[in-house]
Amino acid sequence: MNTPEVAVLAEGLAKRYGDKRALDGFDLAVRRGTVQGLLGPNGAGKTTAVRILATLLRLDGGRAVVAGHDVAREPHAVRRRIGLTGQYAAVDEILTGRQNLEMFGRLFHLDGRRARARAGELLERFGLADAAGKQVRHYSGGMRRRLDLASSVLLAPEVLFLDEPTTGLDPRSRNEVWETVRDLVAGGTTVLLTTQYLDEADQLADRIAVIDHGRTVAEDTPDGLKHGIGGDRVQVVLREAAELPRAAGIVARVAADGAAPDTDVAERRVGVPVTDGVAALTEVARALKDAGIGVADIGLRRPTLDEVFLRLTGHRTAAEETGGAGTGRTYGTEAAA
Amino acid sequence: MSAPTARAAAERRLYWAFADCWTIVRRDLTHLVKQPANIAWQLGFPIVSVLLFVYVFGSAMDVGGEGSYRDYAMPGMFAMTMAFGFMNTAMLVAVDKDRGVTDRFRSMPMARSAVVSGRGVSDVFGAALDLAVLALIAVVVGWRSDGGPLATLAAFALLLHLRFALIWVGVLLGLLVPNQEAAGGLFALAFPFGMISSVFTPPSMMPDWLGAIAMWNPVSSTANAIRELFGQPGTTGDSWIEQHALLMAVVWPIALTAVFLPLAVRRFQRLSR
Repeated sequence: MNTPEVAVLAEGLAKRYGDKRALDGFDLAVRRGTVQGLLGPNGAGKTTAVRILATLLRLDGGRAVVAGHDVAREPHAVRRRIGLTGQYAAVDEILTGRQNLEMFGRLFHLDGRRARARAGELLERFGLADAAGKQVRHYSGGMRRRLDLASSVLLAPEVLFLDEPTTGLDPRSRNEVWETVRDLVAGGTTVLLTTQYLDEADQLADRIAVIDHGRTVAEDTPDGLKHGIGGDRVQVVLREAAELPRAAGIVARVAADGAAPDTDVAERRVGVPVTDGVAALTEVARALKDAGIGVADIGLRRPTLDEVFLRLTGHRTAAEETGGAGTGRTYGTEAAA
Repeated sequence: MSAPTARAAAERRLYWAFADCWTIVRRDLTHLVKQPANIAWQLGFPIVSVLLFVYVFGSAMDVGGEGSYRDYAMPGMFAMTMAFGFMNTAMLVAVDKDRGVTDRFRSMPMARSAVVSGRGVSDVFGAALDLAVLALIAVVVGWRSDGGPLATLAAFALLLHLRFALIWVGVLLGLLVPNQEAAGGLFALAFPFGMISSVFTPPSMMPDWLGAIAMWNPVSSTANAIRELFGQPGTTGDSWIEQHALLMAVVWPIALTAVFLPLAVRRFQRLSR
């Protein structure tokens, strides 16, 4: 399974802390040049997995190969090929941005001239050139993260681990970090991303693994995961609740696998799962118009990743609990249905 | 791998152990330069103590023997400053660990030993600076070494020797505390360690049990030894430990290093657990 196409491979990873199993047979394979999201509730083992893959923690069982090298047997070779950005911007507050990059460059064993040149390049590329001579403690949260990312990619790593890279950032800084990550991926870097923000995974990840109780419980593309818990639904809100039975009859015609439409009288709403979303939507809209039924709203609704997450793990995300930034996040009745 | 390449690899590793250590030291020295106020804070307690003990309590203090209380207390102050130094080490180690900087270092292909050795080297530099500032203040309040230049230098070397040993205590504690706030609480440990000693009063003037602890405190051995080297009034005790202050001022730090350096390194390696 250790083909050149796989940049990160984890097989049956196990990590125990006393009686607690932080990882309990964790599997993952990340294709080179892609972004793999790693989602899970707090304490599910995301950070433990990343720390093992980044050689910060020893594993108790299983096998992990990163950038072609076994993390247990050749940690030094792995370290030369990875970058790590953790939950806190791990940069020196007292040094300037430039001094930080030069120091980390030296520690990556670049010679003085190359470390300086590389620091200049990265400051430019990460939009920090103007702040290069300022002490990092005067940086904004977004600037710190970008400097942190820049420090992680000094050697142009094959694999970049991002452990909740935008936690605590405002939406604008978050967008800046996303742009930076997209640039890196376009340049061929493989990214393993853990996040609590599901829209972040939706935006960045090619594939998503959901981890719970130390093992992978689902792994697919974001669309695949959403499809897996029910796919698209056509949903209609009527002007008059009295028309609901007639509307349900019309909606039932497009139902997938003869599923029964569910109606909500209080909301004057009727919905049904469908297979070909767009065709079903057009058909229902036309049929309702022909029947002269007044429609307040009609739409195609796809499950959000939050619903996927809730279904798979039984937890809401921390981001939702703390009211973190997110787009179009609604917990419909479908999520619990 | 043939023998010559194995040797070349070992030489490379050794080279990078030193080069990476130096990179970390340069970082720490930049901190010193950019935060001169920190030195003032660190020396605040000894300086206030100098003023208090020399000018406020000084006239009421009689430690026996000849010489002024100032000449008794000043070498004690030097030793105490070295003793408190491990708190700075612990704090800096805890801050790096807290902020994820230690993890970044550990995820990089640098020599891991440099994280610890760099801290040690820069702390010795820092301690030398502390001592220089403190000695200047001592001279301002009228203190002079009555020993020869060599003996005086030897005294300062013994002080740095103690500070060096305590670096490993600091690294160990810095890695053990959960966060930097808790590292601040280490003062509760440093205070009795510095004070229950011959720094301000001869142990013979303390209750027997406390005096015994104070006598065997490594800080006392260093304080007594440098008093001897400075040619200044020392403790009048005739216990073995007080009679062999010079020897013990060399032996104690070696013993501390022998115990705490391996513990600190082991603790650092156990970050991988």
